Amino acid sequence: MNSAPGDLNEILHRSMVRARLKAASWEEAVEQAGRLLVDAGSCESRYVSAMADAVREIGPYIVVAPGVAMPHARPEQGVRRPAVAVVTLERPVEFGHRANDPVDLVIAFAALDKNAHLVTLQSISHLLMNQESLARVRAADSDQELWAGLGIAPSTHGTKE
Amino acid sequence: VMRIATVCGMGFGTSMMLAMQIRRLLAEEGVRSAVDPVDLASFKTMRADIVVAPRDMHPHLKDVSARVVLVDNLVDKTEIRTKVLESVRAYLAEHPR
Repeated sequence: MNSAPGDLNEILHRSMVRARLKAASWEEAVEQAGRLLVDAGSCESRYVSAMADAVREIGPYIVVAPGVAMPHARPEQGVRRPAVAVVTLERPVEFGHRANDPVDLVIAFAALDKNAHLVTLQSISHLLMNQESLARVRAADSDQELWAGLGIAPSTHGTKE
Repeated sequence: VMRIATVCGMGFGTSMMLAMQIRRLLAEEGVRSAVDPVDLASFKTMRADIVVAPRDMHPHLKDVSARVVLVDNLVDKTEIRTKVLESVRAYLAEHPR
Protein backbone atom coordinates (compact mmCIF):
# COMPACT_ATOMS: atom_id res chain seq x y z
CA MET A 1 0.00 0.00 0.00
CA ASN A 2 1.35 3.41 -0.93
CA SER A 3 1.09 6.35 1.37
CA ALA A 4 1.31 10.05 0.59
CA PRO A 5 3.02 12.66 2.75
CA GLY A 6 0.47 13.54 5.42
CA ASP A 7 -1.10 10.08 5.58
CA LEU A 8 -1.83 9.06 9.14
CA ASN A 9 0.58 6.16 8.88
CA GLU A 10 3.33 8.71 8.22
CA ILE A 11 2.62 11.17 11.01
CA LEU A 12 0.70 9.30 13.71
CA HIS A 13 2.96 6.96 15.63
CA ARG A 14 2.22 4.49 18.39
CA SER A 15 3.72 6.84 20.92
CA MET A 16 1.10 9.46 20.08
CA VAL A 17 -2.01 7.66 21.33
CA ARG A 18 -3.32 7.44 24.90
CA ALA A 19 -6.44 5.68 26.12
CA ARG A 20 -8.65 6.81 28.98
CA LEU A 21 -6.66 9.77 30.24
CA LYS A 22 -8.02 11.77 33.13
CA ALA A 23 -9.03 15.32 32.35
CA ALA A 24 -11.23 17.46 34.59
CA SER A 25 -11.93 20.13 31.97
CA TRP A 26 -11.64 20.80 28.26
CA GLU A 27 -8.47 22.77 28.96
CA GLU A 28 -6.89 19.72 30.55
CA ALA A 29 -8.01 17.54 27.65
CA VAL A 30 -6.36 19.90 25.14
CA GLU A 31 -3.27 20.03 27.35
CA GLN A 32 -3.04 16.23 27.49
CA ALA A 33 -3.19 15.86 23.72
CA GLY A 34 -0.91 18.85 23.23
CA ARG A 35 1.72 17.42 25.55
CA LEU A 36 2.01 14.35 23.31
CA LEU A 37 2.78 16.65 20.37
CA VAL A 38 5.38 18.56 22.40
CA ASP A 39 7.00 15.39 23.79
CA ALA A 40 7.32 14.04 20.26
CA GLY A 41 9.15 17.20 19.22
CA SER A 42 6.36 18.22 16.86
CA CYS A 43 5.81 21.66 18.35
CA GLU A 44 6.82 24.11 21.05
CA SER A 45 4.74 24.38 24.20
CA ARG A 46 3.34 27.74 23.05
CA TYR A 47 1.48 25.83 20.34
CA VAL A 48 -0.50 24.03 23.06
CA SER A 49 -1.48 27.36 24.66
CA ALA A 50 -2.44 28.65 21.22
CA MET A 51 -4.80 25.67 20.72
CA ALA A 52 -6.64 26.55 23.94
CA ASP A 53 -6.60 30.30 23.18
CA ALA A 54 -8.34 29.60 19.85
CA VAL A 55 -11.23 27.93 21.67
CA ARG A 56 -11.46 30.78 24.18
CA GLU A 57 -11.34 33.48 21.52
CA ILE A 58 -13.38 32.01 18.68
CA GLY A 59 -15.46 29.31 20.34
CA PRO A 60 -15.69 25.52 20.61
CA TYR A 61 -16.12 25.00 16.85
CA ILE A 62 -13.23 22.50 16.93
CA VAL A 63 -15.74 20.00 18.35
CA VAL A 64 -16.34 18.68 14.84
CA ALA A 65 -18.65 15.75 15.51
CA PRO A 66 -20.53 14.30 18.48
CA GLY A 67 -17.93 13.67 21.18
CA VAL A 68 -14.94 14.56 18.99
CA ALA A 69 -12.67 17.61 19.37
CA MET A 70 -9.83 18.47 16.99
CA PRO A 71 -7.72 21.15 18.68
CA HIS A 72 -5.07 22.88 16.56
CA ALA A 73 -3.42 26.23 16.01
CA ARG A 74 -1.52 27.88 13.16
CA PRO A 75 1.75 26.53 11.75
CA GLU A 76 3.57 29.73 12.73
CA GLN A 77 2.55 29.30 16.36
CA GLY A 78 5.39 26.90 17.06
CA VAL A 79 5.09 23.86 14.79
CA ARG A 80 8.38 22.08 14.02
CA ARG A 81 7.05 19.11 12.11
CA PRO A 82 3.60 17.73 11.40
CA ALA A 83 2.08 15.23 13.79
CA VAL A 84 -1.24 13.97 15.12
CA ALA A 85 -2.05 12.86 18.68
CA VAL A 86 -5.12 10.84 19.64
CA VAL A 87 -6.43 10.78 23.21
CA THR A 88 -9.54 9.22 24.69
CA LEU A 89 -10.83 10.44 28.04
CA GLU A 90 -11.88 8.42 31.05
CA ARG A 91 -14.70 10.88 31.62
CA PRO A 92 -16.05 13.09 28.85
CA VAL A 93 -15.62 16.86 29.21
CA GLU A 94 -17.76 19.79 28.10
CA PHE A 95 -16.35 22.25 25.57
CA GLY A 96 -19.51 24.33 25.54
CA HIS A 97 -20.59 23.12 22.11
CA ARG A 98 -24.31 23.26 21.54
CA ALA A 99 -24.69 20.02 19.59
CA ASN A 100 -21.60 17.85 20.04
CA ASP A 101 -20.77 17.90 23.76
CA PRO A 102 -19.59 16.03 25.78
CA VAL A 103 -16.21 15.12 24.26
CA ASP A 104 -14.41 11.83 24.88
CA LEU A 105 -12.11 11.74 21.85
CA VAL A 106 -9.48 14.41 21.25
CA ILE A 107 -7.45 14.49 18.03
CA ALA A 108 -4.85 17.25 18.19
CA PHE A 109 -2.76 18.10 15.17
CA ALA A 110 0.17 20.25 14.16
CA ALA A 111 0.53 21.01 10.46
CA LEU A 112 3.04 22.77 8.23
CA ASP A 113 2.60 22.02 4.54
CA LYS A 114 -0.88 22.64 3.21
CA ASN A 115 -1.03 19.75 0.73
CA ALA A 116 0.24 17.16 3.19
CA HIS A 117 -2.14 18.59 5.75
CA LEU A 118 -5.10 18.07 3.42
CA VAL A 119 -4.17 14.40 3.17
CA THR A 120 -4.03 14.21 6.98
CA LEU A 121 -7.44 15.82 7.37
CA GLN A 122 -8.86 13.47 4.79
CA SER A 123 -7.51 10.44 6.70
CA ILE A 124 -8.94 11.75 9.95
CA SER A 125 -12.31 12.41 8.31
CA HIS A 126 -12.37 8.85 6.97
CA LEU A 127 -11.61 7.53 10.42
CA LEU A 128 -14.41 9.60 11.96
CA MET A 129 -16.87 8.42 9.31
CA ASN A 130 -16.06 4.78 10.00
CA GLN A 131 -18.44 3.91 12.83
CA GLU A 132 -16.77 0.56 13.48
CA SER A 133 -13.27 1.84 14.05
CA LEU A 134 -14.64 4.83 15.94
CA ALA A 135 -16.42 2.47 18.33
CA ARG A 136 -13.23 0.42 18.80
CA VAL A 137 -11.20 3.56 19.49
CA ARG A 138 -13.74 4.75 22.07
CA ALA A 139 -13.95 1.36 23.78
CA ALA A 140 -10.18 0.89 24.01
CA ASP A 141 -8.93 0.30 27.56
CA SER A 142 -5.25 0.51 26.72
CA ASP A 143 -2.99 2.46 24.38
CA GLN A 144 -2.41 -0.77 22.44
CA GLU A 145 -6.13 -1.31 21.90
CA LEU A 146 -6.56 2.31 20.89
CA TRP A 147 -3.72 2.01 18.38
CA ALA A 148 -5.23 -1.20 16.99
CA GLY A 149 -8.65 0.46 16.79
CA LEU A 150 -7.24 3.22 14.61
CA GLY A 151 -6.39 0.53 12.07
CA ILE A 152 -3.32 2.34 10.74
CA ALA A 153 -1.37 0.35 8.19
CA PRO A 154 2.40 0.31 8.57
CA SER A 155 4.14 3.02 6.58
CA THR A 156 5.83 1.97 3.34
CA HIS A 157 8.31 4.80 3.57
CA GLY A 158 10.21 3.23 6.43
CA THR A 159 10.03 6.29 8.68
CA LYS A 160 11.19 5.96 12.26
CA GLU A 161 10.79 2.56 13.95
CA VAL B 1 -19.33 31.17 -10.98
CA MET B 2 -20.91 30.63 -7.57
CA ARG B 3 -18.43 31.31 -4.76
CA ILE B 4 -18.60 29.27 -1.59
CA ALA B 5 -16.47 30.15 1.43
CA THR B 6 -15.96 27.63 4.21
CA VAL B 7 -15.00 29.57 7.31
CA CYS B 8 -13.33 28.63 10.57
CA GLY B 9 -11.12 30.33 13.11
CA MET B 10 -7.81 29.62 11.44
CA GLY B 11 -8.67 28.46 7.94
CA PHE B 12 -6.60 25.39 8.60
CA GLY B 13 -8.77 22.70 10.11
CA THR B 14 -12.51 22.59 10.06
CA SER B 15 -12.85 24.92 7.06
CA MET B 16 -10.61 22.59 5.05
CA MET B 17 -12.58 19.52 6.12
CA LEU B 18 -15.75 21.26 4.97
CA ALA B 19 -14.21 22.46 1.70
CA MET B 20 -13.00 18.97 0.73
CA GLN B 21 -16.44 17.48 1.24
CA ILE B 22 -18.32 20.28 -0.48
CA ARG B 23 -16.03 20.17 -3.53
CA ARG B 24 -16.64 16.46 -3.87
CA LEU B 25 -20.39 16.84 -3.32
CA LEU B 26 -20.81 19.61 -5.88
CA ALA B 27 -18.65 17.80 -8.42
CA GLU B 28 -20.94 14.77 -8.04
CA GLU B 29 -23.96 17.03 -8.53
CA GLY B 30 -22.39 18.73 -11.54
CA VAL B 31 -22.62 22.16 -9.93
CA ARG B 32 -19.90 24.62 -10.96
CA SER B 33 -18.47 26.48 -8.01
CA ALA B 34 -15.31 27.80 -6.40
CA VAL B 35 -14.93 26.56 -2.84
CA ASP B 36 -12.36 28.32 -0.66
CA PRO B 37 -11.46 27.56 2.96
CA VAL B 38 -10.69 30.80 4.80
CA ASP B 39 -10.05 32.05 8.30
CA LEU B 40 -12.37 34.52 9.92
CA ALA B 41 -10.11 37.55 9.37
CA SER B 42 -9.65 36.95 5.61
CA PHE B 43 -13.31 36.15 5.22
CA LYS B 44 -14.30 39.68 6.20
CA THR B 45 -12.63 41.06 3.08
CA MET B 46 -13.86 38.52 0.54
CA ARG B 47 -17.01 38.12 -1.48
CA ALA B 48 -18.95 34.87 -1.23
CA ASP B 49 -22.40 33.80 -2.36
CA ILE B 50 -22.71 31.06 0.24
CA VAL B 51 -20.88 30.67 3.53
CA VAL B 52 -20.55 27.27 5.20
CA ALA B 53 -19.23 27.11 8.76
CA PRO B 54 -19.32 25.01 11.92
CA ARG B 55 -22.38 25.90 14.00
CA ASP B 56 -20.38 27.62 16.72
CA MET B 57 -18.98 30.19 14.27
CA HIS B 58 -22.46 31.67 14.13
CA PRO B 59 -21.81 34.66 16.45
CA HIS B 60 -19.02 35.75 14.07
CA LEU B 61 -21.24 35.56 10.98
CA LYS B 62 -24.20 37.66 12.05
CA ASP B 63 -23.55 40.56 9.68
CA VAL B 64 -22.97 38.39 6.64
CA SER B 65 -25.23 39.17 3.70
CA ALA B 66 -24.52 35.87 1.91
CA ARG B 67 -26.53 32.73 2.64
CA VAL B 68 -25.09 31.09 5.74
CA VAL B 69 -25.10 27.31 6.21
CA LEU B 70 -24.27 26.08 9.74
CA VAL B 71 -23.06 22.52 10.17
CA ASP B 72 -23.19 20.58 13.46
CA ASN B 73 -21.40 17.38 12.49
CA LEU B 74 -18.55 17.98 10.07
CA VAL B 75 -18.18 14.35 9.14
CA ASP B 76 -21.88 13.69 8.56
CA LYS B 77 -22.20 13.47 4.78
CA THR B 78 -26.00 13.52 4.93
CA GLU B 79 -26.19 16.67 7.00
CA ILE B 80 -23.68 18.48 4.80
CA ARG B 81 -25.31 17.29 1.58
CA THR B 82 -28.82 18.27 2.68
CA LYS B 83 -27.92 21.71 4.03
CA VAL B 84 -25.47 22.72 1.30
CA LEU B 85 -27.61 21.56 -1.61
CA GLU B 86 -30.61 23.41 -0.20
CA SER B 87 -28.68 26.68 -0.18
CA VAL B 88 -27.05 26.01 -3.54
CA ARG B 89 -30.43 25.36 -5.18
CA ALA B 90 -31.93 28.47 -3.61
CA TYR B 91 -28.98 30.53 -4.85
CA LEU B 92 -29.20 29.08 -8.36
CA ALA B 93 -32.94 29.72 -8.47
CA GLU B 94 -32.29 33.37 -7.68
CA HIS B 95 -29.46 33.64 -10.17
CA PRO B 96 -30.58 31.81 -13.32
CA ARG B 97 -28.09 31.68 -16.15
